[in-house]
Amino acid sequence: MAPGSGTVPHVAGEHTASRAPADALDAESRRWLEDLGASGHAHDEAVARLHELLLRAARFEVARRRRSLAHLRGGDHDDLAQQSADDALVAILRKLGDFRGESRFTTWAYKFALYEAAVKLRRRSWQERELPLEPESWSLIAAAGASPAEHAAEHELLGALEVAIADALSAHQREVLVAITLNGVPIDVLAERLNTTRGALYKTLHDARKKLRRALAADGFDVADAGGGQA
Amino acid sequence: MTGPRALVAALLGPGEPELTCDACFDELDRYVDLELAGADAERAVPGMRAHLAGCPACGEDHDSLLEYARDGSQ
Repeated sequence: MAPGSGTVPHVAGEHTASRAPADALDAESRRWLEDLGASGHAHDEAVARLHELLLRAARFEVARRRRSLAHLRGGDHDDLAQQSADDALVAILRKLGDFRGESRFTTWAYKFALYEAAVKLRRRSWQERELPLEPESWSLIAAAGASPAEHAAEHELLGALEVAIADALSAHQREVLVAITLNGVPIDVLAERLNTTRGALYKTLHDARKKLRRALAADGFDVADAGGGQA
Repeated sequence: MTGPRALVAALLGPGEPELTCDACFDELDRYVDLELAGADAERAVPGMRAHLAGCPACGEDHDSLLEYARDGSQ
């Protein structure tokens, strides 16, 4: 039991020792690994401390995204943070052997808590909502709010993009591209509904974008600087 | 959507080599700690910046970890 908080999931026997070289670690990270790798009371006490740390991070994430969760009650927020901390703790103890010591242990641990909370919050905010996947629901020029007079070049490019999306992409690529980039469906929500993984969907999105770039280049558009990756 | 340019950027993505979502998760803590230390994080983790620009969910996860590791955990 974590002092002053909810229950800590029992994960005895599932943790593995970290392979991080001890001399590469900062003092706090080394202490975390020593305590978590100990046995008996020292281990239990370290697990309880880690759960508290994860719960604070999960609560931070829930508070950060509160505006998108107006339909949830206060108690739901804390349940969600507790579940996220529990799931993050299980994942961390199982993956302790993967910690390479290339970051602070706490940053590595926060990553799991924030991720668990973010995924749960994204799923919760799309729960019982139809995913807008149908091709009729998008129009690039309408979505951009581009007036032809003010944005002539962009207007022309958006028109070409609309044609390329319709002609160059497979139905699945179009569905994924439209859902994620135009309709704002989170990739992990879409992956769950389509019974696939976030990585597989991102590969589909990546391939679709490559096809669009090729189609636009073939039409004479210079899109080398059009994406979001350039500094 | 914030306008034509942002829409084109979202549709076309970064257009340069980028990490996968799984590799992004694996490297995210190292990348964030390097950013907080003022080091050249992109040089240490090539393709991360492009992926964060192209993947809205990973971009959100990065912003959250950066903010929490910098301010929220105090």
